[in-house]
Amino acid sequence: MPLFDQLYNFAHWLTQNREEAEDLVQETYAKALRGFSSFQLGTNFRAWMYRILRNTFLTSRTGLKATVTVPLDAEDGGPELAIDNQTPETVFIDRSNRQTLESAMENLPILFREILLLCEVEEMSYQEIAETLSIPIGTVMSRLSRARRHLRLLLRQRLQEA
Amino acid sequence: MIMACESWQKQLDTYLDGELSADEMKAFDAHVRTCSSCAADALARVQMKRSLQVAGKRFAPSIDFRRRIQKSIAAKPQRSFSLAWTLATVAAVLVAGTLALTHLAARSSRDHVFSEIADLHVATLASSSPVDVVSTDRHTVKPWFQGKIPFAFNLPEVQNTEFTLVGGRMTYLDQTPGAQLLYDVRKHHISVFIFQERSVPVNWSANSLAPKNSPFNVETWSQGGLRYFAISDTNPADIDALAQLFERD
Repeated sequence: MPLFDQLYNFAHWLTQNREEAEDLVQETYAKALRGFSSFQLGTNFRAWMYRILRNTFLTSRTGLKATVTVPLDAEDGGPELAIDNQTPETVFIDRSNRQTLESAMENLPILFREILLLCEVEEMSYQEIAETLSIPIGTVMSRLSRARRHLRLLLRQRLQEA
Repeated sequence: MIMACESWQKQLDTYLDGELSADEMKAFDAHVRTCSSCAADALARVQMKRSLQVAGKRFAPSIDFRRRIQKSIAAKPQRSFSLAWTLATVAAVLVAGTLALTHLAARSSRDHVFSEIADLHVATLASSSPVDVVSTDRHTVKPWFQGKIPFAFNLPEVQNTEFTLVGGRMTYLDQTPGAQLLYDVRKHHISVFIFQERSVPVNWSANSLAPKNSPFNVETWSQGGLRYFAISDTNPADIDALAQLFERD
C-alpha cells in the first residue's frame, strides 16, 4: 500500500489518538480509491493523498475542535526581524531530549504541527506543501517560519521549567 | 556587517530547506563559510531539523490495522451481486441528485477556479522573484517551458502594443501543471494562465468569471485544447485586448 506508514504517522500526529488515526487512514484510502479517476496522472500523488487525509481530518469532530484554537494573527504579516540569538536547538544534540520535543510538537497548534511534519518529516518541497494544504507558496513560507518560532518558544518554556 | 547578516538570517530556513534558487544557494554557501555567526545559527537549525525528523517519525501502524486495510482494499473489486445492485440503485439516485445540482456545482467550481487563479496571481506579485524566466522576448519565454509542462502553446507578438512581456513561471491548478505568463500594461500586471482544457473540467458558458465586487477582472477562453485565463486589476478592456492578441495568434 503506497504511503501507508507515513500517512498513519501523520494521521496519529493530527488526531493524537490511535483509534481516530486508524479511522482517518481507512477513510483516506476509501476516498482515494473512490476518487482515483479524479487524480491526474503525472501530478503529485503524495500531495493528493495527504490532501485527502487532511481534508477528511479537518471536517471531523476532532479536526473542527483543533482548528478552533489556531492563533488568529495575520499570516502574511510584516517582515521577520526577530532573530533568536540563544536558540534552544543546541540542546537537542542529545536525543534524550526527544520527549521534550515530542511534547512541544503535541502542543503546537494544528496548522503549525502539520506544516512542520510535512516539511521536516515528509521532506516535502514548498510546492508540494502548497499543493497539500491548498495555500500559496508565500503562505507556506510565512507559516513555516511562524511554526518554527512557535516551536522554539514552547521548547524554551519547557527547558526553563525543567 | 550586522545588517547584512540580518538579511541572510531571514533566508536561513529557506536555505536549509533547499528552496533558494541555485544562484542564491551558491551565494549563501559562500557567506556561511565566512560568517561564523550565520554558520553557528545554521548548524543549530540543522540539528533542530534532524531532531524533528527523528521525533516526528513516532507512530507506527499496528500489524492488525495494516492487515485490515489490506483486506479492505483487496476486497473492493469482489463485490457481491446484491451489493452491486444496491450500489447501482444508490448511484442512480445520486445521478438524479447530481443532475439537479449540476448548475449549482458548475457555479461553485467556477468560483473555485476563480479564487485559485486570483490566489496564484496575487502570490506571484507578492513574491520577490515573480517569474522564473525573465525576458520580454517570447522566443526565450516559450522554449523555457519545454519539458516542464505537458503541452505547448504559442505566445503572441506584443511589440508595438501597450503590453510588455515580463516573463513566465510554472504553476499548478488543482495539482495540474500549467504555464503562467506575466505581462505589464501601464503599471498594472496581467497574469495569463494556460492549462490543458481537460484538467479544468468546468462548464465555461461565459467568458468572464470574476464574481461581483471582486477587485480582479478575469477573462477565459479556449484554444487548441488549452484553457486560458487572463487576470488583472486593470480594466476589462485591457484584458480583452491581450486576450485578442492571444486568440489571433
